[in-house]
Amino acid sequence: MSTDQSQRSIRCLVAKVGLDGHDRGAHVIARAFRDAGFEVIYSGLHKAPDEIVQAAVQEDVNVLGISILSGAHNTLVPKIIEGLKEYDAFEDTLILVGGVIPDDDKAELKALGVAEVFGPGTPMEETVEYVRQNAPER
Amino acid sequence: MSESAALLDDLLAGKHRALARVITKIENRDPGYRELVSGLYEHTGNAEVIGITGSPGAGKSTLVDKLAEHYREQGETVGVVAIDPSSPYTGGAVLGDRIRMASNVGDMDVFFRSMSARGNLGGLSTATADAVKAMDAFGKDKVIIETVGAGQNEIDIVGAADTVTVLVPPGAGDNVQMLKAGILEIADIFVVNKADMDGADRTVQELTEMVHLGQGSTTVDAGHHGFDEVEMDLEMPADTDPWKPPIVETVATDGEGVVDLVETFAEHRAFLESSGELTRRRRQRVAEEIRTLLRDDAAGLVADELEDSGGVGAFVDGVMSGDTDPYTIADDVMAPIRDCVEDQ
Ligand SMILES: Nc1nc2c(ncn2[C@@H]2O[C@H](COP(=O)(O)OP(=O)(O)OP(=O)(O)O)[C@@H](O)[C@H]2O)c(=O)[nH]1
Ligand SMILES: [Mg+2]
Repeated sequence: MSTDQSQRSIRCLVAKVGLDGHDRGAHVIARAFRDAGFEVIYSGLHKAPDEIVQAAVQEDVNVLGISILSGAHNTLVPKIIEGLKEYDAFEDTLILVGGVIPDDDKAELKALGVAEVFGPGTPMEETVEYVRQNAPER
Repeated sequence: MSESAALLDDLLAGKHRALARVITKIENRDPGYRELVSGLYEHTGNAEVIGITGSPGAGKSTLVDKLAEHYREQGETVGVVAIDPSSPYTGGAVLGDRIRMASNVGDMDVFFRSMSARGNLGGLSTATADAVKAMDAFGKDKVIIETVGAGQNEIDIVGAADTVTVLVPPGAGDNVQMLKAGILEIADIFVVNKADMDGADRTVQELTEMVHLGQGSTTVDAGHHGFDEVEMDLEMPADTDPWKPPIVETVATDGEGVVDLVETFAEHRAFLESSGELTRRRRQRVAEEIRTLLRDDAAGLVADELEDSGGVGAFVDGVMSGDTDPYTIADDVMAPIRDCVEDQ
C-alpha cells in the first residue's frame, strides 16, 4: 500500500570537532555522502562534544562521522561516546573517525567503540561502501 | 508490549532518543508508524505551532535560533522541524539548517530535527504534521516549522502550523510583487528580516499597503487547505474583527525585533482562541488528514487488487493487441472493491 511503502534513507552527521579550521575534508565527505544518496547533516566548524551528541541523538543518524585534524581525538572522541551512551544512542550509531590518527590511538579508539578510522587519502568510494555495508538499520 | 507501544511510552516519559526514533519511523513510513501516530494523537493539542517560511536565505534558520533562545529564557521548551524540500530526485541531501542553531548548542530542551523530501514532496506535508504531533505529545511548549517558501508543497507543509509567518527580505522594490500568491494568502504575520539592510523601510511600506488592500490573509477565507465546505457552520462571529497580518521588522543575526515578534505571536494566538479560528483551523486539518489517509488507503487497495489480477503489464498487453481497453479494465479490476462497498 502506498502509505506503507518504506522510504528509508541512511542519515549521517558529519561533525567537525576541535579547534582546527580546516573543513574542506568534511565538506568533501558531506558531498560524497549526498551523491551516494545519503542524507547528510553538517555540523559546521568547531563543535564541542556535547553539540555533536545533541545533533546525533536528535537527528537519529545511523552514522556519525567525526573529522578531527587537531590531534585531540584522545580526549574528544571518548566524550562524544560517553554522551551517546547517556542517551542510549551509542549501540545503534556507526561511529567513524577521519583524520591523522597514530596506530596506537587507532586501536584505542576502536576499543572504545569507533567502528573504523579513515586516514587521509582513503578513497571516497571506500568510505561510502563501508557506510552502505555497516550502517545500522533503523 | 509491542515495539511501538514501548517506544510511545518512552516518548511520553520524556526520552529524547524515543522522540528521535518516532520521527525516524514517521519519516521512513515504516510499517507500524500509523499505530505510533495514532497513539500520539490523544496527547497532542497543547503545543503552539509556529510556521516560518520565506525565500532561500531570507534568514529563517537564524531567526528560529533566536526565537528558540528567547523561549528557553522564558522557561519554555522548543521543538523545531526544519524541512528541506530540495533535491528530491537523487535521494541524497545536505541538510544545513542546523548550522544556524548556534544559540542553543548542547541544550536538549531545544529539539531540532532536519527533514528532507526523499523524492516524495507530496508526502512531506503529512510527515511534517506527524513529526509536529510527536513533539507536541512529547510536551514541547512551542513547535516551530521551518521551510523554504517556493510552491504549493511548502504551503501545505507550513499549513500544519497555527500561526504562519512569512519572511520577506528587503529588496529593491519588487520583492513584494514577487511573493507567490499562495504564500501571501496563508500569511498570518509578515516579518521583514534583515531590517539592517537598505530597502527595509520600503518593503515594510509595500507590505503595509498590500495588507490594507486586503490581499493578505483574512481569517474567514484564509483557505488553509481548501476544505471550506466542511466548516460553513463555524463562520466567525460577526462582532470579531478579522485578523490583519501585522508586519514586524527583525535583525535575526543580533536578535533585534525578536521580542516584538514573540509578542505578535502571542497576540495571534489570543486571536485564534477568542475568535474560534483555532478550532476552525484544527477541524480543517483533521478533515484533510482523514481524507488523505482514506485516499492513500483506497489507492493501496486498488494497487493490491491490480497485483492480484496479474499486474498492470498483462492488461497493457491486452490493450496493445486490441483485445480490450483501459476503461473496461478499470471497471473489471474495481468490480470486487465496488461490490464490497455496495453490499454494505
Ligand atoms: N544582515 C543580515 N543578515 C542576516 C540576517 N538574518 C540572517 N542573515 C544572514 O543571512 C544568511 C542566511 O541565513 P539563514 O538563517 O541560513 O537563512 P535561511 O532562510 O534559513 O536559508 P535557507 O534555509 O537556506 O533557505 C546568513 O548568512 C545569515 O547570517 C539579518 O537580519 N541581517
Ligand atoms: Mg534555513
